[in-house]
Amino acid sequence: MSEIREKADVCVIGAGHAGCEAALACARLGLETVIFTVSVDSIALMPCNPNIGGSSKGHLVREVDALGGEMGKNIDKTFIQSKMLNVSKGPAVHSLRAQADKADYSREMRKVLENQDHLVIKQAEVCELLWEDDSNLKKKKVTGVKTFTGAVYVCKAVILCTGTYLRARCLCGESITYTGPNGLQAANHLTDSLEKMGIELRRFKTGTPARMDGRSIDYSKMEEQLGDERVVPFSFSTDPESVQKDQVSCWLTYTNEKTHEIIRANLDRSPIYAGIIEGTGPRYCPSIEDKVVKFAEKERHQVFIEPEGLHTNEMYVGGMSSSLPEDVQLAMYRTVPGLENCKIVKNAYAIEYDCINARQLYPTLEFKNVSGLFSGGQFNGSSGYEEAAAQGLVAGINAAMSVLGREPFLFDRSESYIGVLIDDLVTKDNREPYRMMTSRAEYRLLLRQDNADLRLRKKGYEIGLITETQYQELLKKEEMIKNEITRLKETYVGANREIQDFLISRGSTPLKTAASLAELICRPELSYESLSEIDAERVILPENVTEQVQIEIKYEGYIARQLRQVEQYKKMEKKLIPVDIDYDKVSSLRLEARQKLKLFQPVSIGQASRISGVSPADISVLLVYLEHYNRSLIREDSSERL
Amino acid sequence: MFQDDTIAAIATGLTDSGIGIIRISGPEAVLIGDHLFRNASGKSCLKDSESHKMRYGFVVDGDGVVLDEVMAVVMRGPKSFTGEDTVEIQCHGGVLVMRKILDASLKYGARLAQPGEFTKRAFLNGKIDLSKAEAVMDVIRSGNEYALVSSVNQLRGNLSKAVKKLRKEILSEIAFIEAALDDPEHISLDGYAERLYKKTEDLLARVKKLLDSADNGRFMKEGISTVILGKPNVGKSSLLNLLLGEERAIVTDIAGTTRDILEEHINLHGISLNIVDTAGIRDTENIVEKIGVDRARQYAERADLIVYVADRSVPLDENDREILSLAKNKNVVVLLNKSDLQNVVTEEEMNEMIKGIFPDRVIPVIRTSVKEETGIEKFEAVVREMFFGGELTHNNEIVITNLRHKEALQSCYDSLILVKESIENRMEEDFYSIDLTNAYQELGKIIGEEVDDDVVEEIFSRFCIGK
Repeated sequence: MSEIREKADVCVIGAGHAGCEAALACARLGLETVIFTVSVDSIALMPCNPNIGGSSKGHLVREVDALGGEMGKNIDKTFIQSKMLNVSKGPAVHSLRAQADKADYSREMRKVLENQDHLVIKQAEVCELLWEDDSNLKKKKVTGVKTFTGAVYVCKAVILCTGTYLRARCLCGESITYTGPNGLQAANHLTDSLEKMGIELRRFKTGTPARMDGRSIDYSKMEEQLGDERVVPFSFSTDPESVQKDQVSCWLTYTNEKTHEIIRANLDRSPIYAGIIEGTGPRYCPSIEDKVVKFAEKERHQVFIEPEGLHTNEMYVGGMSSSLPEDVQLAMYRTVPGLENCKIVKNAYAIEYDCINARQLYPTLEFKNVSGLFSGGQFNGSSGYEEAAAQGLVAGINAAMSVLGREPFLFDRSESYIGVLIDDLVTKDNREPYRMMTSRAEYRLLLRQDNADLRLRKKGYEIGLITETQYQELLKKEEMIKNEITRLKETYVGANREIQDFLISRGSTPLKTAASLAELICRPELSYESLSEIDAERVILPENVTEQVQIEIKYEGYIARQLRQVEQYKKMEKKLIPVDIDYDKVSSLRLEARQKLKLFQPVSIGQASRISGVSPADISVLLVYLEHYNRSLIREDSSERL
Repeated sequence: MFQDDTIAAIATGLTDSGIGIIRISGPEAVLIGDHLFRNASGKSCLKDSESHKMRYGFVVDGDGVVLDEVMAVVMRGPKSFTGEDTVEIQCHGGVLVMRKILDASLKYGARLAQPGEFTKRAFLNGKIDLSKAEAVMDVIRSGNEYALVSSVNQLRGNLSKAVKKLRKEILSEIAFIEAALDDPEHISLDGYAERLYKKTEDLLARVKKLLDSADNGRFMKEGISTVILGKPNVGKSSLLNLLLGEERAIVTDIAGTTRDILEEHINLHGISLNIVDTAGIRDTENIVEKIGVDRARQYAERADLIVYVADRSVPLDENDREILSLAKNKNVVVLLNKSDLQNVVTEEEMNEMIKGIFPDRVIPVIRTSVKEETGIEKFEAVVREMFFGGELTHNNEIVITNLRHKEALQSCYDSLILVKESIENRMEEDFYSIDLTNAYQELGKIIGEEVDDDVVEEIFSRFCIGK
């Protein structure tokens, strides 16, 4: 039997949100890329909630966009409702969320992939990774992939983006099917190959609620949830005017005591409570069973009814994911006001799948024990489309860098949510699917969604995913912001009649002596906008410039404090730990610290300090050891020269 | 852990000795030293001081109060033990004095050094030979283990409970804010600012109380610095001898090497007094004439407690008034001594004089007779009330003896103040949790708990969020 043997630079396994970003990044950097999927109809599929963004996830989308990723542009093309969350709170936690037309989202992304130079889409299940021992590096090196039909693709790097498909099984009460999400074919063979390479796998689970026939829902019993009047696009490249369009509504209703009674009475038929599910599920996305058991005192839970698209009647029942049997599901949904006569199109189910503990990865998302092998997305133990896209992009960038022989790109906690996400994944002992949360970002005042371009576009440009024109625009924007801030700090207004009248009219204390316009902006009752009356020299600037001016002036003190913390943080990140360090030789380390350090193999002192079980004293010991190590090297060097 | 801040510690160990050295090292060392040190003419001079040159002068605290007479030396990097700019202050070796100087240096921005940290810096800056690396790591390790054990040992009971409770309450506020930020459609923050404001005031009061007890703890461990003042021949030395004789509990008896200061440590039923005195007090009654009011003022400024002794068998005069007025801002006990003789001075007269000097203060006046050994118990009771709120029991009191704890409590307090200010300035809710988190982490340093994912855990355990 002769078999197909093809050549490529990079193979991407999986075409979900991680796979798409990974493949696009590689192809856009000029590498011959093949993206494998078990079904081309499931490219960029959204098998769970029909929205992109949300608190802190919206930040990720913005960052992906700033670096030259696709998710933000794609949702701008396909959203059907959009909302900026947390607008009454500080700018750091404003976050965009858009409802997507799921079919449109998938179709548009497929179009982008199909029209991308250097990128080939291949419908096939990858069953095996090919590898050899790399004697130089004392580890394995990936050399290609093999599909179920025996075709071999020789390549220089592989990116695993298998999502929830590896050895997936779906549970709906007593009935178990061995499929991926939405009834799609699971990938049952790759796990063995990965295990043979020394990769440790584990099992996580997640779940999704039922989809209803919209015609069977009585919306008059629900509260309407509208989108924003003025829509803000996700992408920095999208023209804001192009996203002002008619939007659809979502609907809010509630569970009640009757719903909870039905659930409690049937808990023994839930695969989780009956112990059939072995995987660990996420706590932030609890099934309705979990909510009723864990928060027994709550009389009701919110239920959001969200459209799945413009060309379907299917409605997503947010807040009621479940793995209860079909009959219990129907009974329970029908207790909810507005759903009394509902007809279920797709049952709710839980899904279990193989994934890894991401501590096996470097922050570049390359496996520590296999060079050329990268991974991103739900396979790394995360959850969510946005988390997946962010990792896919980083894995793609670094796979490309390794093939191109360029230096890797690292993302740190002080510059992006992406950095926080990856650092948490590779440094912490995550015991459930990881979800981005705003509380996880310690420098969040700096990591705002409004300044993602200012934070990351330069990096995207250096990588090669941001064009010269886009970069020049960024520099122009930076310049305008800087100049306007300087102007406001240097423009003083005196305590004259006009100013005092203005201040009084705004409920602000009159001046005693002259004050700069910047000082006035800092007053809670005043803003950049409201000072236009007394700011004669002001020229009209773009909204995205004045927004930055206002934020940077108003929150200057807080921002300065975080910048100081970041300075300290960066110093520790810059102290790198050599790959060949032998922790057994550092005798003063405590046993627990030594074990953890061997397990995680941190790349820097900073990363080491965040591993639980490593104390500040251990870090001091390590610093002394490294100094000893480095000085020994220098001595050896100079003696060699002699 | 960071290498570029300025650290300070007592370099000679925390026991009474002839001379003590406070070492400050790091980029701000000279600046901090400059704040602390005054030369003989009362001027700051360390900033411009030649490297490695000993200077004579005084250490003053933030209020300009003289803490001790010292020698100070600036050693500019890299020519110092650590390789960094270093200031060393040689003071008199009393524990109390050393701690006060260290405390003052922390107030000016130094951080309390970790065990072994000077040595670590010396090594990292290439000042210690490569072959000593192993030994340096051991110093860090054992120092930290010792510190941890002693810290945990001090944490039995109430303090630990109080800190844990505070932490739990702060965490609960953080989790509420963060849950609302992550899931704004489920959790509302309406009206929360007012609630948090009240809560923060309550937290502040409780942290303040712990901070106050930190001083209380110091008094217990190190003794109350006490000065006996009075006109000649009123019975000061007899009083000292009586106190000494009564307990026969002299801990140490150190005569300073550079001047005639004598410190007697006396334990009065659990209250430890360090009676600072001149060497001559036992030989001559003419203290005021001999050393002058200026000298007496210096001692008084350094004291925690002033015992003013008056002879009630002779009338009060201007000298009494003058000497007693040295006790401004200090704890004072007035003894009407020689009550066994003819009572010329009544308590009313004494109270009237006190009122003339300190119109707003209530100062206890006790009748004593050193000769007949009466009134001493009353004196003890008054001191106990004054310093320990009358409830001096050794083990149950929330006592913080560890300066590290105090440092953490102070930082926690400062962070809570920032929370309050953010609310007053009508900042948005997400700003509150930034400083609350700092406060939470500072308290964590006291009980040695990891902070890692506490907030996320708390959110998930208390709030039903997510889709």
